[in-house]
Amino acid sequence: MNILVCISQVPDTTAKIVINSAGNAVDPAGIKFILNPYDEYAIEEGLRLREKFTGTVTAVTVGGDSAKEILRTALAMGVDKAVIIKNAEKSDSFSVAKNIADYATTLNPDVILLGRQSIDYDSFQMSGTLGELMNMASVSMVSKLEITGTDVAMERDIEGGKESVQTSLPCVIGVQKGINEPRYPKLPDIMKAKSKPIEEFSPSSQETRVQTITMDIPASKRVGKILGDTDADIAEFVRLLHEDAKAF
Amino acid sequence: MKIAVFIETHNAQGIRSAKEALTAARSLNAEIVGITTSNADALHQFAEYGLTTCITVSHDLLATYSSTAIASAVAQAAKSANANVVMFGGNASGKEIAPRVAVKLQAGYIPDVVEVQDANGALQCVRPVFAGKAREHVKATTTVTVVTLRPNVFTAKAVGGGAVTTSAFTPELTGNDAKVKTTGVTRNEGKLDVLEADIIVSGGRGMKGPEHFTLVEDLAKPLGAAVGASRAVVDAGWRPHGDQVGQTGKTVSPSLYVACGISGAVQHLAGMSSSKVIVAINKDKEAPIFKVADYGIIGDVFEVLPKLTAKIKEVTGK
Repeated sequence: MNILVCISQVPDTTAKIVINSAGNAVDPAGIKFILNPYDEYAIEEGLRLREKFTGTVTAVTVGGDSAKEILRTALAMGVDKAVIIKNAEKSDSFSVAKNIADYATTLNPDVILLGRQSIDYDSFQMSGTLGELMNMASVSMVSKLEITGTDVAMERDIEGGKESVQTSLPCVIGVQKGINEPRYPKLPDIMKAKSKPIEEFSPSSQETRVQTITMDIPASKRVGKILGDTDADIAEFVRLLHEDAKAF
Repeated sequence: MKIAVFIETHNAQGIRSAKEALTAARSLNAEIVGITTSNADALHQFAEYGLTTCITVSHDLLATYSSTAIASAVAQAAKSANANVVMFGGNASGKEIAPRVAVKLQAGYIPDVVEVQDANGALQCVRPVFAGKAREHVKATTTVTVVTLRPNVFTAKAVGGGAVTTSAFTPELTGNDAKVKTTGVTRNEGKLDVLEADIIVSGGRGMKGPEHFTLVEDLAKPLGAAVGASRAVVDAGWRPHGDQVGQTGKTVSPSLYVACGISGAVQHLAGMSSSKVIVAINKDKEAPIFKVADYGIIGDVFEVLPKLTAKIKEVTGK
């Protein structure tokens, strides 16, 4: 099975976000970047599919040189091949999807796996956008996957329950927590990954479709009324919630 | 501006996120047309929320629910209506369908929107990014814009009712369009999901063990609330993953969010910071949750929760 896993580099969740001087992007200075947490599930699922069906797992990311870090993590976890698509221009999700689609076309994968969303822009669209660009089926928020021959059965999380979905290979699958427990790379594998080759792919297009006009840090509009735990405090707390906030 | 709003019903019930999308569309003073692939019998439920005209899309391949077939059908209908904005509620189906519609219409796609504005006749949107730590103001650079709205942020407002004028549309679909098929849906019976709840009471590590979640459940009952949980609690196996609020869990925006014994790690805040009213009960007065709380009690959940539950029961009578 020819498996492609798409991964992305994102600021650590706890990173302090500062807006750049132009006021339209995040200032990357001082931010620690990590592998998008959802993508660990995608890598793990790719490795498990390879263990079951044999084949090759390729990890691809779009970004600058620093993004090679996460490809090394993927290599340490066990992927066979790592590819970086250099796209240093200000890009949007469409342009990233288009870059990956261009690369994926050369690879002709049976299955494309990705995390359900990246935790930076949370745009939750890569599986659908990539699927449509590749003219492949796409299913997002997948927490259970079973491939038999070319039949693909999945469960995805929906409001108040689970949806059972069926499609066939090739397809794009956005995975999430619950599908597996990602392995931790072992130290010797981390060391070996440092000297493994990373292939470069040049994107054919830098077309973007969405523009960030400004970015800002939201001002808190919270009331911030904090009380103690006496009976009088609790009575007042309930009154505030019921009468002032009309919250119940 | 001409906005096509995706109108969805489940089992003849108009779903809330579609009503919210209508409300958001109405705030833009635009021409609005609904597009539905659901049964037209339920459309009157949307008249109350301002739907006056709707394209009813039908095709044999839409008989079995297929997200990919719906995406093809909606894109064709939106094109036939010359809509320059296509708006979806950001529920599980909206998020699945909208990106594919955007590619088909060569449209810029703006997901997880919390504010919409008319900027000289063009749609401009605000969306939270970086776990809610920043917001971006964005617009599409294409002729058509496709958006999904974060659920429960645009409160659906009824505006009276009336008749809905429908026009039938038959899309051109082939088997290739219906490549993804839904074969079944399992509902969590007897349990309110945090994604559907108007009030959520969540417990964190401060609850000290799964057996103490009865205190959280007891408080949820008189409020008619769903019970949520922090990641720490889910990872420890105290609560199921479906209850998890926050990054790697669910993003919610209820009218009232009550955090019990939750410190308020960024990962948790990412999933609930757009709640309308946030309440925290925690014995650590330095807990970050208090920085985002509207109201809080500094106290031990084991002492405060039973008293709070009793007091709320007095008010609600439940």
